[in-house]
Amino acid sequence: MKLAKSIEEIRSDFPILSTKAHGKPLIYLDNGATTQKPLQVINMMEELYRTANANVHRGVHYLSDLVSDRYEAARETVRAFINARSREEIIFTAGTTASINAVAFSFGERFVGEGDEIVISGMEHHANIVPWQMLCERKKAKLKIIPFSDEGVLDLEAYRNLLSERTRIVAVTHVSNVLGTINPVKEIVAEAHRHGIPVLIDGAQGIQHGLVDVTDLDCDFYVFSGHKVYGPNGIGVLYGKADLLNELPPYQGGGDMVANVTFEKTTYSVLPFKFEAGTTNFTGAIGLAAALDYLSTLGREAVAEREQALLATATAGLSAIEGLRIYGTAPHKVSVISFLPGVIHQYDAGMILDKMGIAVRTGTHCAQPLMERFGISGNIRASIAFYNTEAEIEALVRGVRKVTEMFA
Amino acid sequence: MTINEIQDQIIEEFAQFGDWMERYEYLIDLGRSLPPFDERHKTPEYLIEGCQSKVWLFPSFENGIITFSAESDALITRGIVALLVRVFSGRTPAEIVDANIYFIEKIGLRENLSPTRSNGLLAMMKQMRLYALAYKSKQEHS
Repeated sequence: MKLAKSIEEIRSDFPILSTKAHGKPLIYLDNGATTQKPLQVINMMEELYRTANANVHRGVHYLSDLVSDRYEAARETVRAFINARSREEIIFTAGTTASINAVAFSFGERFVGEGDEIVISGMEHHANIVPWQMLCERKKAKLKIIPFSDEGVLDLEAYRNLLSERTRIVAVTHVSNVLGTINPVKEIVAEAHRHGIPVLIDGAQGIQHGLVDVTDLDCDFYVFSGHKVYGPNGIGVLYGKADLLNELPPYQGGGDMVANVTFEKTTYSVLPFKFEAGTTNFTGAIGLAAALDYLSTLGREAVAEREQALLATATAGLSAIEGLRIYGTAPHKVSVISFLPGVIHQYDAGMILDKMGIAVRTGTHCAQPLMERFGISGNIRASIAFYNTEAEIEALVRGVRKVTEMFA
Repeated sequence: MTINEIQDQIIEEFAQFGDWMERYEYLIDLGRSLPPFDERHKTPEYLIEGCQSKVWLFPSFENGIITFSAESDALITRGIVALLVRVFSGRTPAEIVDANIYFIEKIGLRENLSPTRSNGLLAMMKQMRLYALAYKSKQEHS
């Protein structure tokens, strides 16, 4: 598969990539934390504020109709991108964290009680741990953890054994933000469904790397953030199967989510509006749709292929450095590579790389239980996007080599 | 030497370095030369937890003088810790409380004391002042 544009054209779509950091050309390898935005998104956001700003679903006037139509068109773009069955299954939220909290609350209120169990994995981001812990605390339920191997592969046998008649929901990440592992979520969903248990997939690190087909996965919820898929901040998606969403109580009350309000009783609106209380981030949603369109135009398979090629270069280059350990060597990985060069502290390495203009993430990456599993206080993560170049990856490898010399 | 004289001395030392690489190499050396920290004091009580690196700070107070020993798990952080110990250790509580710290900025390491860095250094400086304040009020009430 070939990208629809040359790498030079792609890079000129992302003006921030020509930034100088400490006087050196910026090498941005922190795409797992947030991705950069193409002009197609930036210009769209600006154009919206210039020409199409009014509250959605409120007015009968020209501007409100205009922007409401575009907001609903954005919903359709998201639906098509993840292949959901219907538009009403796409709920706009503030991001992955907000989506998971919404499910933990609404689903928890409806289905979780004392002694029930919730299954998550040991490689979750804090966003897919803490909301469930809070639910467990509220309902006196128990959290069960799927273990994983040193390579970063989930133990599916242990998973099967964890499922019980008390399991109410399984919440697992599509892709580990630290290890890069692409989890066998289709299999995980199928296994849970054999017991009638619904599954939430945290797609924060999955959506940007290739194809997500929620109908094929058959997951009950799929959540992701706009800013990690080249879209704006503060917008995210909660996909949920309509039947299940219809059964859940809303998690926020306010305008636009109601059918009829009296002081005695309020009835709620239909999907998706039932879960979109208040003025939504409609500019964000339209910007997100622009980002998804951008990826679709480039070619999603080609994007994934290019990232795999860059990952292979990074893995080969870093592996050749003596004493360097890579965390996450699963056979199916996205372009995320976490490592520690010998006994050098991640913060030391990160600071030196920064001075070379190389942006990586250091620390626990919001996955402290995972770090504990490996017995480390953190590591360095390079997360690669399709707009990165082979030359940048080589500069990273050289930079890490230099770090090992400095701290030798 | 006064606190300010030591600060000026440090600024002079750093002025000889041409580029950032040399400055950081010097910090790494300083980190390595920091006297060993008593393992018995590596307890939660003396831990200043940053998100990026950890710092331990142990104070002792004798004859009106505060002595600090400190440690970090990251070497560059440890180098800056060594500088802070050099400036603040062996001082009276009043000297520490009244100190105006300018050398960090002057030697181009201000980013390391940014609250968003969360490497334990800013908290360490605050903690040194807090200890000094506590010893100062102890002095005044004894």
